[in-house]
Amino acid sequence: MKEIDQVQGPWREAMHMFMRNRSAIAGIVMLGLVLLVAIAGPWVLGADPFEIRAAPLTPPLSEDAFLGTDYLGRDVLTTLVYGGRATLLVGAIAALLSVTIGITLGAFAGYYGGRVDAILMRITEFFQVLPALLFAMVVVTLFSPSLVTITLAIGVVSWTGTARLTRAEFMKYRNLDFVRAQRSIGASHARIIWRVILPNALPPLIVSATLAIGAAILFEAGLSFLGLGDPNQMSWGLMIGSSRQYIFSCWWAVAFPGTAIFITVLAVSLIGDGLNDALNPKLRER
Amino acid sequence: MGALRYLLSRLLQGLALVLAVVVLNFILVHAAPGDPVETIAGASGGMSEELQAELRKQYGLDKPLPVQLGIYLGRVVTGDLGYSYFFNLPVSNLIAERVPATLLLVLTSVLAAFLIGTTLGVLSARRPNGWLSQMINVMSLVGFAAPVFWMGMLLIILLASVFPIFPVSGMRAIESSGKGWGDVLDVLHHLILPALTLGLVYLAQYSRLSRAAMLDVLGADYIRTARAKGLSDRAVLYKHALRNAVLPVITVLGLQFGNVLAGAIVVETVFNWPGLGRLAFESVLRRDYPTILGVLLFSAVVVVVMNQLTDLCYRLIDPRIKSS
Repeated sequence: MKEIDQVQGPWREAMHMFMRNRSAIAGIVMLGLVLLVAIAGPWVLGADPFEIRAAPLTPPLSEDAFLGTDYLGRDVLTTLVYGGRATLLVGAIAALLSVTIGITLGAFAGYYGGRVDAILMRITEFFQVLPALLFAMVVVTLFSPSLVTITLAIGVVSWTGTARLTRAEFMKYRNLDFVRAQRSIGASHARIIWRVILPNALPPLIVSATLAIGAAILFEAGLSFLGLGDPNQMSWGLMIGSSRQYIFSCWWAVAFPGTAIFITVLAVSLIGDGLNDALNPKLRER
Repeated sequence: MGALRYLLSRLLQGLALVLAVVVLNFILVHAAPGDPVETIAGASGGMSEELQAELRKQYGLDKPLPVQLGIYLGRVVTGDLGYSYFFNLPVSNLIAERVPATLLLVLTSVLAAFLIGTTLGVLSARRPNGWLSQMINVMSLVGFAAPVFWMGMLLIILLASVFPIFPVSGMRAIESSGKGWGDVLDVLHHLILPALTLGLVYLAQYSRLSRAAMLDVLGADYIRTARAKGLSDRAVLYKHALRNAVLPVITVLGLQFGNVLAGAIVVETVFNWPGLGRLAFESVLRRDYPTILGVLLFSAVVVVVMNQLTDLCYRLIDPRIKSS
């Protein structure tokens, strides 16, 4: 038994590789800090992000406002801390939604092939042709901007890449011996799809899911910037969008939330790159 | 014969996609709150019930939905995308008015990003761990993580406010005559910042992609053969390797055209560039449904056409691909 324990499984080996990757660890630390501030921050500050706290356009490092105030006199630090919640929440749930749709459709298309594949791929092509941002703008405008419609819109327009990737993986595995063996002992389609093939197809999908979080955060920020954010929920994109006209009189109200988005997405993509190196050693970029 | 059949089937597929987009657009038009007649009534400040009913009849809004879809399809085919009550113009005129500005912005930035990006990618592939390779790695990380609008605004603060080299926004100076070489220079002056913003995103992507493709190609047997027969480094790199390494970049360039449009929406909004993206933003802000749906339909058609052209180009450049 002991010898067997010492042989590392592929997941454990990947874990080791990941932990040795310095930029990936930096990503984890950065993301951890962002999450900590977003979760604990509002609790510590305990203020309303929409509240007017000091004179409008107070520059950073002032007594009343560490990061300054925006054109309405709202404290940038408070809005930044609260805004992180909405941005991160929308990013995570939208990415989850997009990955779920993508994996489900991709798995069915790749596993069943034939007519199912043809129909699902036409649907995928259709969504690929729609300009994602524009379509999301239309959906959010039609159903009025709220965190729910924004999350749904982002999820619905951004699953095509994951679907294609999953389909390719399933096509690779569906006729391999271990899958045939399962079929021969009478395993159901559902079991083969979710319990047999999916675990094997996971490594590239995990990487793609990580990158989807970054993309969804950027998407939410873009929509908010274009005036399609939930007006009742402070978010980083909303901060930038609402202070857009005042960049010459208060650059800080734009620069800080932008930096926060940048750091968060950078952290997520560093983690994604690290996972890619660890989980898909064959595909590793030289 | 096989090639012709392939082309035909691709064309049919493209048409089917466009048709699907038109149908989706029709559904969205109907999902939009209020019908066009109510909008006109609101805009003209009150209208009698009889007149509204009369107008509905005239527009065919009293007919069953499938018939209405037929009418809508007929309109779209003749280029009638509806009427914008906000801009007081047919949507097709509005779009035609805005296309040149977007085309100028998008083509400039994508072309510049493509040329500079592939050059950087090729140069860095000679030394996979050199400083240029490191720079491309950093650039592609930053290019992915930085929100486009934030980069644009930082560039405005830096290059239009702190160092007032470039204009803040718009496409022409207010006092512009709009004629002659002075106008060309004026537009170019206004173009630089937005094109730089949009271009940086794609520069990051293309340099990373071409570097990866180049490294891939340089490991191939035919490159070893070329070297073995004594060709110069330069000939191997530019004649044998580059031709093959450029293919994936062109594919991505064509297939991601929808993303380029998305970037244009944001950049045009930041810089008040009077293009299609700015039109989309303005019409969303005003809940001007005919216009925004018109822009959506138009963009989707452009993306379909671009995908088909990419496919075609790919076939012309790479003789190995035969119709399958």
